[in-house]
Amino acid sequence: MRKFVIQRVIAMLITLFIIATITFFLAKAIPGGPFTKEKAVPDAVLKNLERKYHFDDPLWKQYADYIISLAKGDLGPSFRYDALTVNDIVRKGFPVSALLGFVAILISLGLGLPAGIISAYKQNFWQDNFVMFFSILGISIPNFILATLFMYIFGLKLHIFNIAGWGRWQDVILPAVTLAAYPTAYIARLMRSSMLDVLSQDYIKTARSKGLSEYRVMIIHALKNALIPVVTYLGPLIAAIFTGSFIVERLFFIPGLGRYYVTSIYDRDYTVILGTTVFYAAFLIIANFVVDIIYAFLDPRITYSTEKIK
Amino acid sequence: MLKKLTILMLVVAMLGTFAGCKKAAPVEEMVLKYNVGAEPQYFDPRKATGIPEFTMLLNLFDGLMRYDNQGQIVPSVAESYTVSTDGLVWTFKLKDTKWSNGEPLTAQDFEYAWKTALSPEIASEYSYQLYYIKNGEKYNSGELTNADEVGVKALDDKTLEVTLEAPTPYFTSLLSFTTYLPINKKLDQSNPDWAKSADNYVSNGPFKLTLWDHNHTIEMVKNTNYWDKDKVKLTKIIFTMVEENTTEMLMFENGEIDWGPNPPPAELDRLKAEGKVTINPYLGTYYYLFNVTKKPFDDVRVRKALLFAIDKESIVKNITKSGELPATAYVPLGVPDATPGSDFRKVGGDLFKVYDPDEAKKLLAEAGYPDGKGFPTFVLLYNTNERHKTIAEAIQRMWKETLGINCTLTNQEWKVYLDNRNKLNYDVARAGWIGDYTDPMTFIDMWVTGGGNNDTGWGNTQYDEYVRIAKSTGDQAARMDAMHKAETILMAEMPIGPIYFYTRPELIKPYIKGYYTSALGYTDFKDAYIEKH
Repeated sequence: MRKFVIQRVIAMLITLFIIATITFFLAKAIPGGPFTKEKAVPDAVLKNLERKYHFDDPLWKQYADYIISLAKGDLGPSFRYDALTVNDIVRKGFPVSALLGFVAILISLGLGLPAGIISAYKQNFWQDNFVMFFSILGISIPNFILATLFMYIFGLKLHIFNIAGWGRWQDVILPAVTLAAYPTAYIARLMRSSMLDVLSQDYIKTARSKGLSEYRVMIIHALKNALIPVVTYLGPLIAAIFTGSFIVERLFFIPGLGRYYVTSIYDRDYTVILGTTVFYAAFLIIANFVVDIIYAFLDPRITYSTEKIK
Repeated sequence: MLKKLTILMLVVAMLGTFAGCKKAAPVEEMVLKYNVGAEPQYFDPRKATGIPEFTMLLNLFDGLMRYDNQGQIVPSVAESYTVSTDGLVWTFKLKDTKWSNGEPLTAQDFEYAWKTALSPEIASEYSYQLYYIKNGEKYNSGELTNADEVGVKALDDKTLEVTLEAPTPYFTSLLSFTTYLPINKKLDQSNPDWAKSADNYVSNGPFKLTLWDHNHTIEMVKNTNYWDKDKVKLTKIIFTMVEENTTEMLMFENGEIDWGPNPPPAELDRLKAEGKVTINPYLGTYYYLFNVTKKPFDDVRVRKALLFAIDKESIVKNITKSGELPATAYVPLGVPDATPGSDFRKVGGDLFKVYDPDEAKKLLAEAGYPDGKGFPTFVLLYNTNERHKTIAEAIQRMWKETLGINCTLTNQEWKVYLDNRNKLNYDVARAGWIGDYTDPMTFIDMWVTGGGNNDTGWGNTQYDEYVRIAKSTGDQAARMDAMHKAETILMAEMPIGPIYFYTRPELIKPYIKGYYTSALGYTDFKDAYIEKH
């Protein structure tokens, strides 16, 4: 197990290095720069700015400087926000996005798992049709439509919530539900098909023929195995949702990390493009790593001790 | 499990009660909620460049001069000023005023602010606004290294002497802008990062900064150390940074904000019908650029034909729909001419017709393309935006129907588009220009040969000469005359085709009174108040 962890950490560092390198050169390759504006600044001013931010250095030097400071954990200054460093941006935005993401994941699991189980148990009955109908809605309605609809109904018409904002606990609800719609629907469908798959296996028949209650068969025998596809999905899902959603945060006016993935590219804010990409990549790798470890607990056939692999 | 659930419900219920007991606001509280739309790029007045920053900084600071709520430029921190007969040396007497931290404001604070704004080390993007000052440009570009040679000097604590490069009759209006604001010298020397958070922020205007939650909210309260504090009625302004215009509109309609400057274009008809929209003046022109280095746009007859075939009235009536005026020249309405109360556009008159399809056809035929025969298919470029797209589609159709010529539409992401425009990598491209100050020069001087904003490849020595004349004299009549002549050349040669003059449709609650919103785009809340409603 320990060797496995060490190997994964080394692989992670190499992956991150490659990602940072590719992103650095891709970002620099986009036409225009952080100081390209509708009103062209005089050459003298542009020279001053380039000198200040070391854009006048050769590209290889800029790259080397960036990688060195990255290794020290310094993601650099932002060119779009004079008052913020990229570390500030991540430090301030991530907890907000993560809280929102956490609530959204709780909702997705809390609704999606039971819905999927009921759907499988009552296959082709009305309960199944009901769940599948809503899961198709959840998968196909785009975030921004759902968000606008929620704002209109629960904000403007019913006055239950504010249209948008952040700071009070109520402010979490509409965006979290919007954010949860797709994963809830996806988890429900995933759970249903995986449950059906497991329920048709021999050991379930054995359990049933032993005369165990249906509840025990479903929850103790079938559920644990049926969870594996859901856990697999959870890794990338958590990484995506915890690091922030551009659309949901923009619409609900939430100061999370999500906006920076998109706006930094429009702004040619190179360090923010790099910082957010590297942060997201690291988070994704770690989430997948945790998923791999959870497999071992769920399924005794999976193990990471090296002897058995040999 | 049940126990945990009960506890959870209790906690939720308790939170609900806390949120429920809002403190009753004291009667005299007067809070304005304005959606400024974007996090400031720079919050140091020496560096600020954007309209959101101008709106916030001009409420936080006070310059030598300030626009009052009638749009008149009046002395503010300055008590009075004198100008030398050649128009070059301006001497300002300062009032006894204080910084928001109680320290006295001196002429040295102005001298320090302007000199550091020009220093290459600070690398201010807007430093060129100070190029009017003697040796400003030379110092900024590093040609001069001695800051003492820059034409601004504090003669004593209350006297500031400014020497200009050339006579500039509109210098007083420049003095109200952010780049000319003072900064607290002592503070900047001890803490260069003061403008990066609300904790150490010191200003000298009607309001002072109390909260800066990045990319979310900025709050400022009335500054009790402000010299004119009796006129300030608002106790607090909350600036939100909602970027999405649908959210801004819903928040406005739900009473969460009082002012939203960016209503969604698709909703404008409804919002106007419901009386929620106020149309404010905006000093800007929407136009098309012609790449004169490329055939067939090197022929002035082709450029004119293309512009004359555009039904500009129909565009402002059916597409933009916010009271914009169809352009009949380049410089928009709203800039003063030589005689007081006159308008540069009205004096200059119409330089072409709103719509002239017959002349357009004739010109195209003269250029060798009768009924569009033989005219190459070209590309009309615009930056990705629903509004520009709709306008481009309408114009594409007008060109097809009137002139029988074909173009294809291409949209590009903002900075890619700017880059291509600047490199003359286009045939015809959409553009717009908003004035930096209220003088025709802010529109005229950009088209000089090789100018940084002249993205057409066009140049005319006579035009350059008129610009030079206008820049070298303080005689308003002579200046305006030269600029009218320059504009006439520009419109006769037509490297650009003006389409309409901008306006600013904004969502403003009817009970907000007393504000001054400039045609340059920013809004001053010094005298603003909220009527009982």
